[in-house]
Amino acid sequence: MNIPKDLYYTETHEWVRIEDGFAYIGITDYAQDSLGEIVFIELPEENDQVTQFSEFAAIESVKAASDINAPLSGVVVTVNEELEDNPELLNEDPYENWIMKIEIEDKLELNKLLNAEEYAEVCE
Amino acid sequence: MYYDKLIFDLSTEGRKGYTLPKAEVKRYDLPKSTYLRDDCPGLPEVSELEVVRHYTNVSFKNFGIEKGFYPLGSCTMKYNPKINQDMANLPAFASLHPYQPIDTVQGVLKVYHDTQTWLSEISGLDTFTLNPYAGAHGELIGLMIIKAYHRDRGDSKRTKIIVPDSAHGTNPASATVAGLESVEVKSNPDGTVNLADLKAVLGDDIAGIMLTNPNTVGIFEKDILEIARLVHEAGGLLYYDGANLNPLLGVARPGDMGFDIMHINLHKTFSTPHGGGGPGSGPVGVTKALKPYLPKPVVEKQGDQYVIIDEPKTTLGQISHFYGNIGVVLKAYTYILSMGREHLPEIAKYSTLNANYIKESLKDVYQLPIEGICKHEFVFDGLKDKSTGVTTLDVAKRLLDFDVHPPTIFFPLVFKQTIMIEPPETESKQTIDHFISIMRQVALEASQEPDKVKGAPYNTVVKRLDEALAARKPIVKYKDLETN
Amino acid sequence: MFKYLPHTHEDIAAMLKTIGVDDIDALFGDVPKSLRNQEIKIPNSLSEIEMHQHFYTLSKMNTPLIPFMGAGAYDHYTPSVIRHLIERQEFLTAYTPYQPEISQGTLQYIFEFQSMITQLTGLDVANASMYDGATATGEAMFMACALAKKETIFISRTVNPNIINVVKTYAEYKGIHVEMIEEEAGQTSRAALQEKLASTPTAGLIVQTPNVYGFLEDLTGVKEALEQHKALLIINQDPSTLSHLKTPHAWGADIAIGECQTLGVPLSFGGPYIGYMATRTKYMRKMPGRICGVTKDTDGKRAFVLTLQAREQHIRRDKANSNICSNQSLLALFVTIYMSIMGKKGVYEVQQRSYDNAHYLYEKLLALPTFSAYADQPFFKEFTVRTTLDVSAMNQALQAAGYLGPLPFSKFDSSKQDLVTFALTEKRTKQEIDAVLDIIREVA
Repeated sequence: MNIPKDLYYTETHEWVRIEDGFAYIGITDYAQDSLGEIVFIELPEENDQVTQFSEFAAIESVKAASDINAPLSGVVVTVNEELEDNPELLNEDPYENWIMKIEIEDKLELNKLLNAEEYAEVCE
Repeated sequence: MYYDKLIFDLSTEGRKGYTLPKAEVKRYDLPKSTYLRDDCPGLPEVSELEVVRHYTNVSFKNFGIEKGFYPLGSCTMKYNPKINQDMANLPAFASLHPYQPIDTVQGVLKVYHDTQTWLSEISGLDTFTLNPYAGAHGELIGLMIIKAYHRDRGDSKRTKIIVPDSAHGTNPASATVAGLESVEVKSNPDGTVNLADLKAVLGDDIAGIMLTNPNTVGIFEKDILEIARLVHEAGGLLYYDGANLNPLLGVARPGDMGFDIMHINLHKTFSTPHGGGGPGSGPVGVTKALKPYLPKPVVEKQGDQYVIIDEPKTTLGQISHFYGNIGVVLKAYTYILSMGREHLPEIAKYSTLNANYIKESLKDVYQLPIEGICKHEFVFDGLKDKSTGVTTLDVAKRLLDFDVHPPTIFFPLVFKQTIMIEPPETESKQTIDHFISIMRQVALEASQEPDKVKGAPYNTVVKRLDEALAARKPIVKYKDLETN
Repeated sequence: MFKYLPHTHEDIAAMLKTIGVDDIDALFGDVPKSLRNQEIKIPNSLSEIEMHQHFYTLSKMNTPLIPFMGAGAYDHYTPSVIRHLIERQEFLTAYTPYQPEISQGTLQYIFEFQSMITQLTGLDVANASMYDGATATGEAMFMACALAKKETIFISRTVNPNIINVVKTYAEYKGIHVEMIEEEAGQTSRAALQEKLASTPTAGLIVQTPNVYGFLEDLTGVKEALEQHKALLIINQDPSTLSHLKTPHAWGADIAIGECQTLGVPLSFGGPYIGYMATRTKYMRKMPGRICGVTKDTDGKRAFVLTLQAREQHIRRDKANSNICSNQSLLALFVTIYMSIMGKKGVYEVQQRSYDNAHYLYEKLLALPTFSAYADQPFFKEFTVRTTLDVSAMNQALQAAGYLGPLPFSKFDSSKQDLVTFALTEKRTKQEIDAVLDIIREVA
């Protein structure tokens, strides 16, 4: 299972990358593997307000459906629209293909997230 | 030869498949163009023989009960007797308008009323409505009744419905549609309800519990009386999901177990055909105390006359345009009368005998997660030998090559490789022995030639399908095919 | 022994031996003694001969009448081939097509059904069927509320009251608020709609055309009015009328639903019938019910499969928008064959005959002193008129001659004692219509 060291994680299998003060958010390798072939993602809209640990998107595979929770609170700056037509990108490389970029509201919320080691334990 | 034509492919301009009498009334002008479409719907133009041959060829691509064994767990795929169909087709029933005067429809109302009465006798619940169209529809109505009951007692904080983790996915979905929240309770290793877990969630916010008994792994909830006591004591009601009623016929009645509400799938227990996914019928039965909540209209017998009450004094409301799927009720009625009091009680015996026989005959090669006596169905957790990577899906697909409909797979969710087998009472020992030998052969292949099983099926009109492709780029009508 | 129960004594003995128990009763040792109930108090078993005799008696208790009434159930002709084809065991006895490799038959007709419904409605995508037109309308309400993220729905007073009742029941338990849009001269009042839109946020408006009176609704501008308030347009329409009438798509509908009984399904005392639902591509993933799509098998061969299943109850469980699983699949086959055998021209011709018959009767009735127009609105095969006659006396006279008279509108609205609603189909002959007119004249 691929769990990059430099990311933050949630227990519900989302990741966060902090870059230029923004947060890029996606689903983990474990998440895409357990969902199987991903066929659809319902993306949030720009300027949507998302709240830490609350759902912001829904994802569907052939045999499952799941909500995706926001690891951090904030306002959506950009969504990865490529996923709309090619949701399978999430299977191919879940860390390269982020789902949304948000403006971070409260950096302290990062303290509530897991590091790679802690997340690895969740996946066991 | 693989027949891959669609009816639209056969269309030829000007061809027709119908006749009408000579028009005697003049043509009247159509309303102004605001109201009219400016094109013609693209329906096919085909001759009668083309239609008949097309759908006959299409039918060859299906597998029905009359072709072979159909041990689909939780679906009770028993034989659908022919006489049921003949009775339901009688013009004296099929040509009745739903608003005909009461005195012209006494026959159909008698059928309706007798069926209600017999279902009460069979289930131990006081009164039935036949209005619900299907099992899921019955569930929804049952949950509405639970909600209305608590509301009328002024107990509006009861918003939660307990659902075991082994329940049909429909149960929690129905709860949501009825505006209730579902709470899951874990099962014991033997699949029964964990009483400690149940006690932990019981409280003054619980509206009720949904159970099926025997449960979805085919085990009788032997603590059912205790469960009923606990739930009732906590102020909740018990809902019985009738999907698994078959093994109770002649053994026990949900009403006697303490259930307050239930639905029955006439298309499972009472032999009406599934029709490729409907029409079904999902009658709902309730205790006397809940009778005022039944949906309208209500059919009753008053003196010597059967009547329809459009506006009963109390009701939860209307949930169907008319009185439900009468055509389906007629078939179930015929079935109950054919079986009669002599043979209906034998159903549990033979379906349970069949299930246990298969279980014991295959447990050396398939993983049996729950030992002991089962009821009408049971589950394996995949092959015993998992080293070759052959999954339950592969086993199911390989069975297709032997003209057997595979059992239900990957349900219930309590095991990873669930194979759920239900051999109804209409199946003979010969048929079952044949199935056992095929299951053994597939298990043998799985260990000796695993790739063969993983590549199955081979003898079907199409092979394994790319389901992801269908969902990613949906093509859902003929016109999409033309443009793709 | 019984004909549906094949177990011989020898079979039973051998099977018990394998199981390792002495008798069948031992298989029920886990059922508490106090619950055991082996007797079921129902009538004795009937042989086939007795069954026919029994149904002969029951049949005598029914008197089918020749309908001049519709009110949600219409007496169109069923071509002979349909019964023969849908009763092929391959279609009749199959379960839901969860194993697509051996269910291509079912899947293909669902695909054809979806294709025909989209042709009729003009919309992009249809599902595999709903229980009936009324419950389909309730489901459309759920879908609209989920799409618009609002919990109020408007429904026109001119929708059939049974449909309104079902919608209200569905709404009540889900916690959706229903607002009625009042009627004006047999039409949905535009003023009432504008007023309500201005004051109350709504997920959408449900209208029916032809409506409960049989009148056609002029929906010009309704879509635009709703759009300004981010509300959806939901049209309930008898699909058979779409041979002639403007499509839900052309009116701007976001969701179309209706009752397909009018496509040749027998009256059958109210069921089984079949609802349909169609919508735009962008809303497809919020549509309830099963959808059949196209894919390829491992050899690249075209095949059909249930798709977008992640929307459905068996996967989404408590997060599903609908709990529907079994639908009216065999009826979808029924109406698909109907639309094939009748074809483009036949469906049109049947509706034209129905239209002509209805307009002939309307013309003749209005020539009588006892009948007058209820509203000056165009209609299709059903219409409502005012009468000074004693409605129940008229209907009794018609019944005595073997006819089911018009719907006394008081069944739906007790304040409208003087209204009756007639419906005619292609099956009504001029002779029958003239006979009915004669009886009505005599009542007067």
